[in-house]
Amino acid sequence: MTTATTTPPASGPSTANRTRRTGRAPSDPKPLVGWLFIAPNLLGVLLFTFVPLVSVVLLSFTKWNLVSGLEGIEFVGIDNFLFVLQDPKFWRSLLITVVYAGVAVPLTLVVGLLLATALNRDVPGRALLRACFFIPYIVNVVAIGMTWMMLLDPSAGLLNQFLGNFGAESLPGWFASSRWALPALILVTIWAQAGYACLIYLSALQDAPEQLYEAARIDGAGRWRMFRAITWPSLLPTSVFLLITLFVGISQSFGMIALITNGGPGSSTTTLSFYMYQTSFQFYRFGYASAVGLVTFLGIFALMLVMWRLQRGRALHD
Amino acid sequence: MTDTLHPTRDSSTQQVESRTSAAARDALHRRRRRLRRWGWGIPLWILALLFLLPFAWMISTSLKPDVEAFTVPMQWIPNDFRWENYTEVLFGERSILPAFGNSVLVALLRVLGELATATLAGYAFAKLRFRGRNVVFIVYLATSLIPAQLLLVPRFVYFQQLGLYDSLWALILPGMFTVLGTFLMRQFFVSQPGEFAEAARLDGANEFQIFFRVYLPNALPMISALAILTFVWSWNDYESPLVFLSSPETFTLPLALTNFTDETGAMAPGIAMAAAVISIIPILVVFLIFQRRFVQAMTESALK
Repeated sequence: MTTATTTPPASGPSTANRTRRTGRAPSDPKPLVGWLFIAPNLLGVLLFTFVPLVSVVLLSFTKWNLVSGLEGIEFVGIDNFLFVLQDPKFWRSLLITVVYAGVAVPLTLVVGLLLATALNRDVPGRALLRACFFIPYIVNVVAIGMTWMMLLDPSAGLLNQFLGNFGAESLPGWFASSRWALPALILVTIWAQAGYACLIYLSALQDAPEQLYEAARIDGAGRWRMFRAITWPSLLPTSVFLLITLFVGISQSFGMIALITNGGPGSSTTTLSFYMYQTSFQFYRFGYASAVGLVTFLGIFALMLVMWRLQRGRALHD
Repeated sequence: MTDTLHPTRDSSTQQVESRTSAAARDALHRRRRRLRRWGWGIPLWILALLFLLPFAWMISTSLKPDVEAFTVPMQWIPNDFRWENYTEVLFGERSILPAFGNSVLVALLRVLGELATATLAGYAFAKLRFRGRNVVFIVYLATSLIPAQLLLVPRFVYFQQLGLYDSLWALILPGMFTVLGTFLMRQFFVSQPGEFAEAARLDGANEFQIFFRVYLPNALPMISALAILTFVWSWNDYESPLVFLSSPETFTLPLALTNFTDETGAMAPGIAMAAAVISIIPILVVFLIFQRRFVQAMTESALK
């Protein structure tokens, strides 16, 4: 870094390269200034994110019910984690989370991709169409949840009225039945998230390599082949990004579940995130809830790493 | 539109023939294109209307008396519009105006705080060199992966100890200092050339002047994108208020929406939907006005 200050920036190719690559000014300001710039943000992040993060790790080794006050905190070692592994409710919530995210995320991706490829063509009113599909994504969960609760009302809801027209004999009970509550949740989730996937895919499609399509057309490639050989590989990083963000987002939200089903009927919609919410803010078992949260987070984190690795390996091969 | 051949001076029949067929081919081509345009357009529009159907239901129900909400078959346009649902939601006993005010206040303070701290920090990470910068940056990277839900329990405990529980500050303060906002701003400033700073420095400007006069004006598009994102997150947040607020005076809009039940405790469809419509309007306005910037903000934060 001293070379940059002593030699004029244009004197040697290496210096010039370095400046361009890092995009930094070649001279050092006083170090204190940098700290002054980040101080407000850093203090806030330390206070509201870092300290709580350390605390949640510490809490996960304790047994503590809020009702017993701060003196009631009792250190129990790794008991919480051992208990998590033996907790049937934890495993059941894990299974429900896997089904919920495992169905909702791929379907959201597929719907988003289909919408994006359709919107990427020359269709009348494109911008407005895009807005229509995107609007559900930016509406608050409570407005959405209340509306769908009524649309999916087993007896008088619009959807079952519609299905009844076809003479279906036993109509699904949706949020009122333990069998249909999760499918209903998946349906609402896809409806709310597909516009986001579509938007991201659309911007990726617009960056797709035009010359390659031209070349493929000259070679007489069909539409499906072009999609497989050009579009899909160029969309792969976007797909992995969406897969990860949607998976993380869906597996961590509990608002809609808390609002509509409160985890039920029975425990049919108790996902891990809702289980953690319930353990902490309905039963106030803060120590155990922290352990559940940490295990969940580590699991999701590992899964994210795997997906990211797979994508990188694939990208290198192609 | 030119199916017929324009008269030409060329007398060669061959040429005329080829022109006729060229024109006809053109016309056919255009017609086929138009057909294809609408061939994709019409199903897409039908699908889009289906997507918006829940909102149509929401608006329709918000203008009906409760007893008519579930008539079979569904009556999309009410016999008489019951605007009283809206006046009750706005000015009645359980008015949502205070909650609306709370939501506006929280969103504004979060946006202002976020912009102030994230631009400064993002700039420093991108353009200033100081000892310890990389260490801090790695800590930021690590915390950016932590889901907010994991932090709810300790935040809840600290807020209770500090007297912030059940106050709007429990929502505002954590929202003012975010790692994601800092990353977005850093990403932008990294793309800016360092020569600007160098030139200004030679002119004797200090670091704050360089930031405020040289880099900040260029960052306005990115700053407004971040402002929009923060506003939307803040306006729609339901989970933090659910955990940190308990008395109705402090409720923000999403939480206040859950209040509209009838005597039996069941949801009162008419006023509940009127309240829902009101809660959506600000977001819709922001979205429609800033649509381009909004889309840019979404994709930019995605491809960071």
